[in-house]
Amino acid sequence: MGDPAVQNDAAVEAKVVDEGIDRGVEALTPERIESVINQVFEKETGARLQAYVETCVHCGLCSEACHFYLSNDKDPKFSPVGKVKQTIWEMVKRKGRVDADFIRNAVEVAHTQCNLCKRCAMYCPFGIDIAYLMLVVRRICHKLGVTPLYIQDTVNSHSVTMNQMWVKEDEWIDTLQWQEEEGRDEIPDLRIPVEKEGADIMYSVIAPEPKFQAGLIYQAAVLMNVAGMNWTMPATPGWDNSDMAMYTGDNEIMARVKRSHFETARRLRVNKIVMGECGHAFRSIYDMGNRQLGWKMPPIPVQHAIDFYDELLREGKIRIARKFEKSVTLHDPCNIVRGRGLHEKSRSVVRAMCDNFIEMHPNREHNYCCAAGGGVINCGPPYKQKRMAGNRVKAEQLAATKAEVLIAPCHNCHSGLEDIIHHYKLDMEVKFILDILYECMEKPE
Amino acid sequence: MSTMTDWDFDPGEKVISMKEWKERYEWVEDPQVSPDGENVAAVVNLGNGEFTVCNNGEAWESPCEKIWCLRFSPDGRLTAIVCQEMEWTMSVDGTFWDSRFDFLWNTRFSDDGAHIAAAWQNDLTYGMTLDDVSWETGYSNMSGMCLSPEGGKTAAVVQTIGLNEGEIFKFAEGAYTAALNGKTWPRNFMNVWDIAFSSNSEHIAAEVRLDRTTYTIAVDGETWKQRYDCVWTPKFHPSEHKVVAPVRVAGAWTLAENGVLIWKNRYLQLWQTLYSPCGKHIAAIVSPAYGKWTMAKDDQPWNNRFGEMVSDPVFSPNGDRLAVSVKDNGKWTLAVNDQVWGQWFNRVWGPVFSPDGRYVASRVESDGKFTCAVNGKAWEKTYDFCLDPVFSPDGDRLLVRAFKDGAYYRIVIPTTQIAG
Repeated sequence: MGDPAVQNDAAVEAKVVDEGIDRGVEALTPERIESVINQVFEKETGARLQAYVETCVHCGLCSEACHFYLSNDKDPKFSPVGKVKQTIWEMVKRKGRVDADFIRNAVEVAHTQCNLCKRCAMYCPFGIDIAYLMLVVRRICHKLGVTPLYIQDTVNSHSVTMNQMWVKEDEWIDTLQWQEEEGRDEIPDLRIPVEKEGADIMYSVIAPEPKFQAGLIYQAAVLMNVAGMNWTMPATPGWDNSDMAMYTGDNEIMARVKRSHFETARRLRVNKIVMGECGHAFRSIYDMGNRQLGWKMPPIPVQHAIDFYDELLREGKIRIARKFEKSVTLHDPCNIVRGRGLHEKSRSVVRAMCDNFIEMHPNREHNYCCAAGGGVINCGPPYKQKRMAGNRVKAEQLAATKAEVLIAPCHNCHSGLEDIIHHYKLDMEVKFILDILYECMEKPE
Repeated sequence: MSTMTDWDFDPGEKVISMKEWKERYEWVEDPQVSPDGENVAAVVNLGNGEFTVCNNGEAWESPCEKIWCLRFSPDGRLTAIVCQEMEWTMSVDGTFWDSRFDFLWNTRFSDDGAHIAAAWQNDLTYGMTLDDVSWETGYSNMSGMCLSPEGGKTAAVVQTIGLNEGEIFKFAEGAYTAALNGKTWPRNFMNVWDIAFSSNSEHIAAEVRLDRTTYTIAVDGETWKQRYDCVWTPKFHPSEHKVVAPVRVAGAWTLAENGVLIWKNRYLQLWQTLYSPCGKHIAAIVSPAYGKWTMAKDDQPWNNRFGEMVSDPVFSPNGDRLAVSVKDNGKWTLAVNDQVWGQWFNRVWGPVFSPDGRYVASRVESDGKFTCAVNGKAWEKTYDFCLDPVFSPDGDRLLVRAFKDGAYYRIVIPTTQIAG
């Protein structure tokens, strides 16, 4: 391990080429921009936006909360209030009469310089939710047809397949069968019960698992089998809990994807949905997607993996056979910490598995975001350097722990932190909680 | 093939023990029960990587490498999707279809069970097969597969234009359409979802998205003239060539028929539209206010509101009664014509009307024990698991299909034994 190398990437300042934005902007007219902005303001944002705009006293206390601001040498344009100033305030002030270049900058600011992590909302004296304001900008840009290409492609996948990675229906089922077979090499009677109506639990995952990380489904199946759970996974669309439409402002596709998820759980008549280690998906099914549809809370209870592991360990359904030997630190994913308060449960699980747990600082609800969340990593390679430069504080935070292993119980955090570790040349390995739990838990001989 | 009038509705109990199966096989998977309750079957592991199906204790002859999607058809035939030598096919009562596929899934039955369809993938092209006859054309992707109610036609959403990663502008031009018996509509859309058949199977309708923010309904490939913020699944009138669909206009949901708004009320949400059997009434699940759910019949919302979910609406056969399962404060029950059952349960399945509409029943679960409830009263006998109850044609008897302590129970009781 070493201190993070200082990176002053010229690439950060270079103009980004993004066909999704460039071609979208080309098609804009002043009339269309004005019409769409005012339609969103008049029909969709209501009192909430007005209250935020009228309440903000421009004090700038939100600045110190933002990893982009801190990591970019406190450049004011990266402060939360600076991002608001470059986007929604001007749209309000000019009553929508902004030009295409303004929209080009606004979409880049809202999509790639803000992770919607909501840390700034805690530092605002009035609790103004700047993440919401950035989402309004993304919504406007969606309606204008100006969205970064990579994340729009992901939303297109959601719209066609109801999953985020173009996983076809047969591929999904085949993956479950394949992982069941793999698992039987270790546990001969292991099963992944598919379409078991009336099971207690529907286990849901995000599409990168069948696409790239099928071993996580295997590990979850071992966990469920060892713990004696009555569980199932669907064979139909609706198995994926992820949601990039939530992050592009395509609320209609977000709603459609979430409806598919909850309708699948309802069809299977499970008591609850247990979801894997993902943060944004939790935000979508526990907060934004369900509420877009009119459900105050998820109509079928949703339990995040951390909460589930903690319950299994507390109830003795899973036992730790041997402790994990390497030193570990723990990243707190924004969406399940500020969004759900699971930070003590994650620590309870980590302490049960690991003797050498080193806290990073700040932590819990004051954590720094991974800089991947909020759909930022999903905007793809064009923005990677900016994302790396925008989270130097995270690298410093990680380096200070001198831990060998970084536990990141969220897919986007996991990927984003791997990038950070590689970029800043930190000698750390990133793991999910389940990686370690699977390794350390008692399993049948 | 048996029809309901042939079924044994004499009161009594039949028991099939499955304990011996567990001794005979490496493992026994989740059992399936025939509609008439006379058969219980499961995929069983023979060891050495071989599987078969055990139906009332009798095993199918040909072992397979993999078996899944074991289902009884409505006419009582036992189907499974099976794999031998890396090729998939459908097995019906242990007899394999002639066709072989790289993958097969999504078994569908006609209402009477006479026809069986499924989705296939061969060499990365996709299509449907109906009674072992496959579409002539395969497509690069397929979703939303469905079979017409009488079983003569299949339909699905298909991709007709190839898309590489990141081709979002080509995607926006439209790469998807609907295919009926494998033949596509003449035009493509950005998205197509939720195909519905007309009752005579001659027509199909679907939700379509024209661009990022514009939605409408297409019937046989022709779109309604009207455009909406969003739409949900269309439904055909049972006897007339009319289509209704939930549509979102100016941020609120209402109901449109052939593109014309026919409900005056506006709702926060509206879906699962259904016609009464004669087509006289239309009902839908609605949310009159945020976080509040109920049923609306002919645009009149019920007085009762439920905080969590409303599901599985069904009209009685004569159309006079409307029943639905509802969830509030973490508990489920049924509501019938806006009257809520007094007893609440951990879980309730969809309502089942007796043919004469006098009774409505459901399977219910409380504290992990399953039973059936009729007209709001739960049977005192409980089981480890139950299936949906079935009424006799005259409604006087109730068939309960249940599992307890490793045995399957087929029980027929007078309906009044539960309903009083």
